[in-house]
Amino acid sequence: MQLELRGITKRFGALTANDHIDLVVAPGEIHCLLGENGAGKSTLMNVLYGLYQADDGEILLDGIVQHFEGPGDAMRSGIGMVHQHFMLIPVFTVAENVMLGHEQTSFGGRLDLDAARKRVREISDRFGFSVDPDAIVGDLPVGVQQRVEIIKALSRDAKVLVFDEPTAVLTPQETDELMTIMRQLRDEGTSIVFITHKLREVREVADRITVIRLGKVVGEAAPTASNSELAALMVGRAVELVVQKDVARPGAPALVVENLDVIDANGLKVVNDVSFAVHEGEILAIAGVQGNGQTELTEAIMGLQPRVNGRVSLGGQALTGLSVRRVLDAGVGFVPEDRTEDGLVAEMTIAENLMLDRSHGAPFVARGSLRRDHLDDFAEDKKKEFDIRAQSVSTPAGRLSGGNQQKVVLAREMSRDLKLLIAAQPTRGIDVGSIEFVHKRMVETRDAGIPVIVVSTELDEVVALADRIAVMYRGSIVGIVPGDTPRDVLGLMMAGERPAEVAA
Amino acid sequence: MSAQTATPPATNDPSSTQQPRANAILKEIVNGNVLITVLAVFLALLIGGVLIAFSNEDVQAAAGYFFSRPQDTFVAIWNAVSGAYVALFQGSIYNFRRDDFVTAIRPLTDTLTYAAPLIVAGLGVGLAFRVGMFNIGGRGQMLIAAAAAGWVGFSFHLPWGVHLVVAVIAGIAGGALWAGIVGLLKARTGAHEVILTIMLNYVAFYLVSYMLRAPGLLQAPDQVNPKSPPMLETAIFPPLLGPAYKLHAGFILVILATIFVWWLLNRSSLGFRFRAVGENPNAARVAGMDVKNIYVYAMLVSGGLLGLAGVMQVLGTVPTGFSSGIDAGIGFDAITVALLGRSKPWGIFAAGVLFGAFKAGGYAMQASQGVPVDVVTIVQSLIVLFIAAPPLVRAIFFLPDGSRRRRRTTPIVTKEVEAK
Repeated sequence: MQLELRGITKRFGALTANDHIDLVVAPGEIHCLLGENGAGKSTLMNVLYGLYQADDGEILLDGIVQHFEGPGDAMRSGIGMVHQHFMLIPVFTVAENVMLGHEQTSFGGRLDLDAARKRVREISDRFGFSVDPDAIVGDLPVGVQQRVEIIKALSRDAKVLVFDEPTAVLTPQETDELMTIMRQLRDEGTSIVFITHKLREVREVADRITVIRLGKVVGEAAPTASNSELAALMVGRAVELVVQKDVARPGAPALVVENLDVIDANGLKVVNDVSFAVHEGEILAIAGVQGNGQTELTEAIMGLQPRVNGRVSLGGQALTGLSVRRVLDAGVGFVPEDRTEDGLVAEMTIAENLMLDRSHGAPFVARGSLRRDHLDDFAEDKKKEFDIRAQSVSTPAGRLSGGNQQKVVLAREMSRDLKLLIAAQPTRGIDVGSIEFVHKRMVETRDAGIPVIVVSTELDEVVALADRIAVMYRGSIVGIVPGDTPRDVLGLMMAGERPAEVAA
Repeated sequence: MSAQTATPPATNDPSSTQQPRANAILKEIVNGNVLITVLAVFLALLIGGVLIAFSNEDVQAAAGYFFSRPQDTFVAIWNAVSGAYVALFQGSIYNFRRDDFVTAIRPLTDTLTYAAPLIVAGLGVGLAFRVGMFNIGGRGQMLIAAAAAGWVGFSFHLPWGVHLVVAVIAGIAGGALWAGIVGLLKARTGAHEVILTIMLNYVAFYLVSYMLRAPGLLQAPDQVNPKSPPMLETAIFPPLLGPAYKLHAGFILVILATIFVWWLLNRSSLGFRFRAVGENPNAARVAGMDVKNIYVYAMLVSGGLLGLAGVMQVLGTVPTGFSSGIDAGIGFDAITVALLGRSKPWGIFAAGVLFGAFKAGGYAMQASQGVPVDVVTIVQSLIVLFIAAPPLVRAIFFLPDGSRRRRRTTPIVTKEVEAK
């Protein structure tokens, strides 16, 4: 089915989120919609899906003008959507989730689960999904849950499938598997709209690329275009994709971790006998597929994990057994993995978030009272220094874009007297422009002689930043290798294999 | 249907108001809480008026021959409703039927007297809200506080001034202790504060009831009723505006408590941690705050404020000796007051005064117009109902929906790109 959007315009008050967007998606093609966070991609897709009504313009399917009052209309016309945040009910089985919304019933209103099971198996077999219709969705890994979403859309005979930032929650392997699935679907004749801001994925899978910036189509590109060409189109200026940095001049070992175990609430060892050292003036990247103990490792260093064995010391001072506040006081800066959950208080202002981990004593508190003037001056400075784009420092942090939120967290942590910086997934879900900024600050911190730990599941980031790379697999460190180790070796190590040339 | 749940707002939902400042302020007023609150009160009074009209005998009689003389019905409705609300006003703010100002203003002082315990109790509940906790245990905390303050009040013999201070402190400490137990249990064992506070309400009620029956504890000597002796003169809040009015010096404490809570939440470092824990305990923990201790501190302060409400009752409103009904349901009304005041100290103050006015005026309305006092309770409940459902009020008054627009995904990022 051919999908055509003609002159779609969508305004929110003074803001034009979509400005006369034209888009044609041919049957059997993967059409990438590339753009930064906030460029208007999701708005456009919500218009297509009937969640928003366009102020102007029309949607055509096979040349016929469509009027979608709601998602129900869109679905009936053959448009399916795989949302970034899954629309699944965790306690239901796969089959129950798939039938949800158009349940078939047999005599007396009994749910015809068998039919749903059959449908799931049918689709699952056709594309080699290997999804058990009776599995409880909540028990499935994220990648499989996404397949359930796809099955759900396909079970309603979707001819046009929209993937809204589908890889944001996936591991590199799951991403590769998703790409395979997308190609398969395309070969079966489904039209696919793939929304993303990750350049590598685009180039790998797209047949055609449309770039959106500031709510307008700014150009089309072929998948053969280079990363920097795409990035320049997307951001509207040339972007440095490679992090500029000099050779590291590591000093004395600063953070020393010895035989560290972390035991989780279920009594399982999620970090197993990990030992490593980070030197002054170097960036150690901790690579690995999500969920191999990296999160728990950083939390253990911070004092956030309750059951820890082994020793952690920073510049000779033991960190193990200290409260989070003491660890912070010892000069450890921490950028948590999930900034909205652990890094910021969304309802509090930017200024208040900048003092979040310094609510005891100087410089922001005197005799139990907040020093508001001092805090505001400080916040204004940091807003300028870290280029935080917001109306004022009293804007609630929750209203900022992901990139600006991350800058607030970074500004907070980096404005303390640091002896160590730990940044977990520092660029997850933020736009290209902000990524560049964050990486630059990391390297500057390193160059100031501060040891830096970067935890990342993105190989690009690891390779770009690291002076040394520690690869984690199932709670253990597979090996620590130099920063220029080839990707394929790292890939193998992330799967738990230790190549012969890598010393333990 | 899965599709009905729209894409949840992405993690980045910036909503910079790019309009000029004045426009933004106007929007804030239109979409903000104040207007909704005022409209909610108005709507509730409107529905209250309908109830008054329906329950009025003259209206019922006139409605019997509505089709022959409809104007009679409308006149009757007008008389009933206006009469009731005029009585409400006269009973709560200013009685213009009196000759001199001194007696005419008495209803307002009555309103403030009724408002005093409501405000401090509301502050206690509201403070717990801000730290992310539901303190439903106002009743228990007030009872324990009343018992402690009352016991000091009738059995200690101390000089004037000192006695009152000691009694007030004993009450606050009693309430703080009772709520502190909850904070401690929550922090150490993870028990839920709603269940704990509700259960401790029963414990407090029966404990105080028992003590009121036991001679030598709280029961007045030579009494068979479960009632305490009257407070000694030295322990009673002195009248604030002279003996002609009921309003007592406790109201000064109410104002001080409001200022204190405002300072605590907005200007103190402890309040900063309170708010951080209330909005996002995970981020607070990662930022090195001791979340468990914060829960304990917050319950102590919350309980102390509710304790002060108990003190107001026993040393101010009813100094003639108390029974186990001394809390007068204020511990629960405080939840409503805190909601109406949106957990902001001065908002709670205003809400408390409004509810105090309803209480004072409600009795006058019943006495002079025969309107059941229950109507006032219904109006109070409706106010909160409307406040809890802002989209309903917006729909009724055709106000633009602020929340949806606020949730759009875009500007700042695009602006940022542009700026580079």
